[in-house]
Amino acid sequence: MSPLEKVQEQFTAAIIETHSFRGDETAVIRPESLLAVAKFLKETPELDFNFLMDVTAVDYLFFAGGRIQKEFRFEMVYHFFSLKHNHRIRIKVPVDEKNLEVDTLNSLWVSADWYEREVWDMFGIKFKGHPNLKRILMYEEFVGHALRKDYPVNKRQPLIGPQN
Amino acid sequence: MTQTRSMLLNVGPSHPAMHGVIRMIMELDGEKIKNVDIEMGYLHRAFEKMCETVMYAQCFPYTDRLNYVSPLINNVGFALTLEKLLGIDIPERAKYIRVIMSEISRVTDHLTCVGASAMELGAMSVFLYMIKAREFLWELVEEITGARLTISYVRIGGVKADLTPNFVDNAFKKIAEVRKVLIEADELLTRNRIFFDRMKGIGIISAEDAIAHSVTGPFLRATGVAYDVRKANPYLIYDKLDFEVPLGSAGDNLDRYFVRMAEMEQSLRIIEQCFLQIPDGPIAADLTGEVIPAAEMVDSAKMGQTAGLIEDEVSLDPTLQGSTRKYYESISADKKSVVLPAKENTYGNIEGLMNHFKLVMYGHGIKPPVGEVYFPVEGANGELGFYIVSDGRDHPWRVRVHPPCFPIMAALPKCLIGGMMADLVPTFGSVNMIAGELDR
Amino acid sequence: MSFLSSPTGFITTSFNDALGWARKFSIFQYPFVTACCGMEYMATNCSHYDQDRFGAGFPRFSPRQSDVLFVVGTISHKMAPILKTVHDQMCEPKWVVAFGVCTCTGGFYDNYSTVMGIDTIIPVDIYIPGCPPRPENVLDGLIKLQEKIQKGEQSRILYDPRTRIGRPAELQSGYSIEGHIKHIESVS
Repeated sequence: MSPLEKVQEQFTAAIIETHSFRGDETAVIRPESLLAVAKFLKETPELDFNFLMDVTAVDYLFFAGGRIQKEFRFEMVYHFFSLKHNHRIRIKVPVDEKNLEVDTLNSLWVSADWYEREVWDMFGIKFKGHPNLKRILMYEEFVGHALRKDYPVNKRQPLIGPQN
Repeated sequence: MTQTRSMLLNVGPSHPAMHGVIRMIMELDGEKIKNVDIEMGYLHRAFEKMCETVMYAQCFPYTDRLNYVSPLINNVGFALTLEKLLGIDIPERAKYIRVIMSEISRVTDHLTCVGASAMELGAMSVFLYMIKAREFLWELVEEITGARLTISYVRIGGVKADLTPNFVDNAFKKIAEVRKVLIEADELLTRNRIFFDRMKGIGIISAEDAIAHSVTGPFLRATGVAYDVRKANPYLIYDKLDFEVPLGSAGDNLDRYFVRMAEMEQSLRIIEQCFLQIPDGPIAADLTGEVIPAAEMVDSAKMGQTAGLIEDEVSLDPTLQGSTRKYYESISADKKSVVLPAKENTYGNIEGLMNHFKLVMYGHGIKPPVGEVYFPVEGANGELGFYIVSDGRDHPWRVRVHPPCFPIMAALPKCLIGGMMADLVPTFGSVNMIAGELDR
Repeated sequence: MSFLSSPTGFITTSFNDALGWARKFSIFQYPFVTACCGMEYMATNCSHYDQDRFGAGFPRFSPRQSDVLFVVGTISHKMAPILKTVHDQMCEPKWVVAFGVCTCTGGFYDNYSTVMGIDTIIPVDIYIPGCPPRPENVLDGLIKLQEKIQKGEQSRILYDPRTRIGRPAELQSGYSIEGHIKHIESVS
């Protein structure tokens, strides 16, 4: 059984949709069940996802010019990898614009610390229970979140020097 | 009553360790490091945001400058991810060329890392020898691609140009020279008392800690965990090649140095095997016409003198994009919606010209299907992954790079705490932090 | 009584020439290396395209001890205050070389985090464009810098990023010989 099928079997209520586009197994789950699914992925021996490879987010404001409407504006994307079984899975968690909070995975994987700081810096999504949620790529005086679609690409906030 | 307080020392963003800009604020108790706080982001150049503003084919120069000591591996990673999204396959010869150039990039990366960290410990000659070896490889790279450092050689669907006729002979000579340099560096460093004392038992990280921090690459292999994307998840033609993955055991600086030196030797082996296995190059010219420069063909086509042009062969200035029909089939995938047509078709008939325009004009271009894809490639520092989300239009919706040295820098405080101040230099050198990749 | 500018006199002019000659062949650089151009800087410094034969081979890793600031690689807005601090810490006479197109004009990184040309923050003497510039370009720039040092010229102009109109820069004159002499004259 592939990891996706195991997750589907265990968490049928929490899964919104799954797909396997170009061979990448993906599951979209509800935000409340993120910690439970992550614990399941890490601790089940047949799955044994000991690498949290990547944590990022995507902003779907005005996706495809407005032709495709997504229910929520942001989506958190987690990539997991298992060293022993050599399989991967992607978990996506939709995040509502009015309630930008997700559980942190720092308790299970230590690497989530810096990845989540970057998501906070670039998108403005807060993580409940994160020990040190500060900006990591930009400076503290920066106002706004840079990778959101409504932040213009060349709006500069210089610390010194002329405004350009 | 005397009171002991610890001292805060700022190893500031601009510092002599020529790896890049990073700031480490250290809490010292005499010479012992009690705590390290790492601040990065000083070279944030908004790679991900810039990729959203340009077309897919224009992202390649931005990917070059991610890990700028091994630029081709970034190019190959991005191209492979996009080809997975589009669902196309590239010809064998192009795969071999990509592997050759990737391995050359890996060798230059390890040369720079070992050379720079040796220089910081005082071994200035080793640095000069390794940069000399790097120059030989850069001359090789320049012969095919035209540039030394930021090359943008890989295209979606293949590579830009085929290998030059003398390339294989030159490459064997240069590889022999690089091997001589590696032997010299080995003689100077490996049994050197000072080098050994400064690197052995310093900066230790255990395998469990490394996996918890999701570290990959030579940093992980030095702790004894055998994970290499080329073996676990083979892409291009790595499954046809015979190479080993060197492993360390102690997880300290010395093991990382040994792993890198051994990986360089393995990369040179891979390049030699590729030269023996590579399928034949350009198809024999079965065109009956003559060879004319591209500009002449354009002029005669504009004036309507197209008789006989279909059989002529074009000689192309190497600075122009695209390739001629002789090389086209061996280096580019056969997909009109993705690859620029051969120059004889672009200049000689209207269908080729329209094809070229549709790929280059703003608003048109490559339009992958709606979806998302992640593809990992073995970079010089670890697993370099690209995650592309496409919305069906000509600009990428989201391009995410998983930088291999990001988790390593997060794990660095674990290696440093408890050690001495002077151990910072060799440990940080063995991490091979490239700021372009860390901060993107 | 300033050694640096004296319009008349044979001895003083020869002295200025000798001073310029001595200065240009013993350049102590501070390589402010950030990005990819650093690789070409390393290549220029090493055996193939030796920089040492021009007298510029020994980087001084402290701004207090150097006289040319090589800004190599993209400067982001997070890094800009540090660049200004390092430049202020250097003693007169000092020159600045903008190495690579990211420092000259910002390159193709027209985004929220890149400074579009460091001459908006510190005055620049030599611009070496290229992404990254070939070592031959760098040596060409170095020779032009040496000509400038021979004549004793220094740039004191800051540019506006969009209109490229120059305005004079206010530098920390307390660190220069002239400034120090002015200070003594004003106090005594």
